[in-house]
Amino acid sequence: MSEDLTHSPLGSLAYDPAPESASIAHLRASYGLFIDGEFTDPVAHEQFTSLNPANEEPLASVAQASSADVDRAVVAARRAYDNVWSKTTGAERSKYLFRIARLIQERSRELAVVETLDNGKPIRESRDVDIPLAAAHFFYYAGWADKLDFAGFGPNPQPLGVAGQIIPWNFPLLMAAWKLAPALAAGNTCVLKPAETTPLSALVLAEILQQADLPPGVVNIVTGDGSTGAALVDHPGVDKIAFTGSTEVGRMIQQRVASSHKHLTLELGGKGANIVFEDAPVDEMIEGIIDGIFFNQGHVCCAGSRLLVQESVADEVLRRLLRRVDQLRVGDPLDKNTDVGAINSAPQLARIKELTAYGEAEGATRYTSSCALPDKGYWFAPTVFADVAQSHRIAREEIFGPVLSVLTFRTPEEAVAKANNSNYGLACGVWSEKGSRTLWVAERLRAGVIWANTYNRFDPTSPFGGVRESGFGREGGRHGLEAYLNV
Amino acid sequence: MSTAPLRLVTSDERSVQLPSRTRLPVVESEAQLRALLASLSGVDAVGAEARAAKLATRSLKKSTKLAALDLAISMVDLTTLEGADTPGRITSLCVKAIRPDPRDANVPSVAAVCVYPDLVAHARSVLGSSRVKVAAVATAFPSGRAMLNVKLLDVREAVAAGADEIDMVIDRGAFLSGRVGQVLDEILAVKEVCGSTHLKVILETGELMTYDNVRRASWIAMLGGADFIKTSTGKVTVSSTLPAALVMLEAVRDFAETTGQLVGVKVAGGIRSAKDALRYLVVVNETVGAAWLTPDRFRFGASSLLNDLLMQRLKQRRGAYVRPDEFSGD
Repeated sequence: MSEDLTHSPLGSLAYDPAPESASIAHLRASYGLFIDGEFTDPVAHEQFTSLNPANEEPLASVAQASSADVDRAVVAARRAYDNVWSKTTGAERSKYLFRIARLIQERSRELAVVETLDNGKPIRESRDVDIPLAAAHFFYYAGWADKLDFAGFGPNPQPLGVAGQIIPWNFPLLMAAWKLAPALAAGNTCVLKPAETTPLSALVLAEILQQADLPPGVVNIVTGDGSTGAALVDHPGVDKIAFTGSTEVGRMIQQRVASSHKHLTLELGGKGANIVFEDAPVDEMIEGIIDGIFFNQGHVCCAGSRLLVQESVADEVLRRLLRRVDQLRVGDPLDKNTDVGAINSAPQLARIKELTAYGEAEGATRYTSSCALPDKGYWFAPTVFADVAQSHRIAREEIFGPVLSVLTFRTPEEAVAKANNSNYGLACGVWSEKGSRTLWVAERLRAGVIWANTYNRFDPTSPFGGVRESGFGREGGRHGLEAYLNV
Repeated sequence: MSTAPLRLVTSDERSVQLPSRTRLPVVESEAQLRALLASLSGVDAVGAEARAAKLATRSLKKSTKLAALDLAISMVDLTTLEGADTPGRITSLCVKAIRPDPRDANVPSVAAVCVYPDLVAHARSVLGSSRVKVAAVATAFPSGRAMLNVKLLDVREAVAAGADEIDMVIDRGAFLSGRVGQVLDEILAVKEVCGSTHLKVILETGELMTYDNVRRASWIAMLGGADFIKTSTGKVTVSSTLPAALVMLEAVRDFAETTGQLVGVKVAGGIRSAKDALRYLVVVNETVGAAWLTPDRFRFGASSLLNDLLMQRLKQRRGAYVRPDEFSGD
């Protein structure tokens, strides 16, 4: 066929840049620590800079909290718990949460831009996923605050006290909402430690908490590196540690809180298997694979980073998948048409490069999108490895980047065996038009979350969490309250 | 560490891949047709709607928007299908079709005017030698509820009156009751009467109800020789929707990759704003690619859409909106 299918007489629609304005972020030059309802300078006057990973330019100077600062924050949280929050009725707490949710909605455009600048994720995702979901979590738990008696934990369940919450850089504001909303609804006060590379949206949230007139000390936000997190974990005044992040750090935290009175929940890594049967709805399945691994540059603990395809359709699925991967628009995260943004940090980029190099060395076939990458900033082109074996590092270790490993299977038993052959157990996907088989497979998968004919769908009403090295405890839904109640 | 050669996806793989030679599936019996339809992948409704909604967030700016507006204008089948249509109205429509904005010769002509068969001859005489086509709705449009010989006569008369394109409707009653062979036979019969006249086959997706049905009906129409598959008559409650168009475009892409034949898609009914039209163009762009971004392979069946396209076009150039009355109503 001689016809040139890539050009029409009127040309293709090569989208002109459609950037959201960075000035909407209204960032301050420098941020202090949010303690006892005020932004305060850290005791040691140490600051660090948060970078825009898309161009490596500084965004704002942020306070580095020392253990003395963490102590101030925990003391403020304890005081607020004893004097105010534990005496505030559920209905009153609910009002504050509703107010926070509405303020997030009102400032959603600003928050989306802040999130995209600080994290590198496409504005389409921060605008359509991160920020609306963050608001939705506050709305959802606002509804629970005065109904705890009916949450299934017996009459009058009691809060734990002061919760220390350490969140990752992949969904900065959303993870803050996942942690704060249920904790506050259940009657706890909080000390939140945002990730070192993405502190800014939490600091805008601090402004929102001030706007909402939340009593001082109920939520305190301490920015800093790993040492700040360690100080929070070790602080004797904390009753509960909630951590989302790597399995490695989670293991350290578990060791440190062992033999203390502290409650602990951990949301850790994953190596999600997306299982495709030959009768899957093909076009939606391809989109689901794409969403599963390239959503948020693959910086998703539940990412569908292992694709298990039934052998009978493996070639066809790979062909369609590669075509779709090459269509992904990679570039300026503020551009409304960008599908895949920047890698969050230089160390993360180095880790992705290291693991993908292993993929090639171990003999997997590498396909890389032909997209052009910007010169400055941290970038990694969407990549698919075919011919991957279970023993390859890229099939076992969490890459936490836009890299998909494709494996094949022949029978449902083999699919289940391969999916479960992992230290992790956070999420899996099953793609089939046959409901009975989907249920058969789902029953046998060892994972906290199983999606059927979709992937990476989140809702505040649905509990989320892992098994085995993916952690324990649930966030979201009625189950999410349990992590913050003494039951 | 040794470096294995990188295998880059080339731009050829990005587009629709046609087979080396044309090959239509053999469908000689209703059983074969059923087997073929059963072999098509199902459509997950939630996923298809999510994909369409995601594509609808694409933002077309500046030169892209200007190019897309002009492209959309060139793809319009300017339509009037009212019982009260008059030759005078058709004259007005045809003049507008040739030169949509009398003050600006750079505005492209629309693709066609779409009328009932009895007005074809009049439209043909007004359009004269312009490259605007005359499309006629036929086969007992819009319900399709007539005897086959009546439908074929309808088509024959429209072609004889000078129609360049026939917009037929499928027998939804037969399709929904499972008589898919009858649906195919009827399309084949109409195609035969059409000869070289372009055939657009209307699926009436709003009556097929499921995306699985939309995909199957698309394949039946394409197997029957449709030059275009078209969403709707515009005469039922639910007309064209973005997800239905997406499913049809996927069918067109898969059909091209299987048979080597490129079939067009026409969306019709309820598309009134330029914004909606651009969303369809984005879906075309990202589902089948540039080869379909031409009036030969993509059309909008619409009436009021044209004025909004013209208004947005002027707004892009002048920076301000003009009064709606700046453009003629018909």
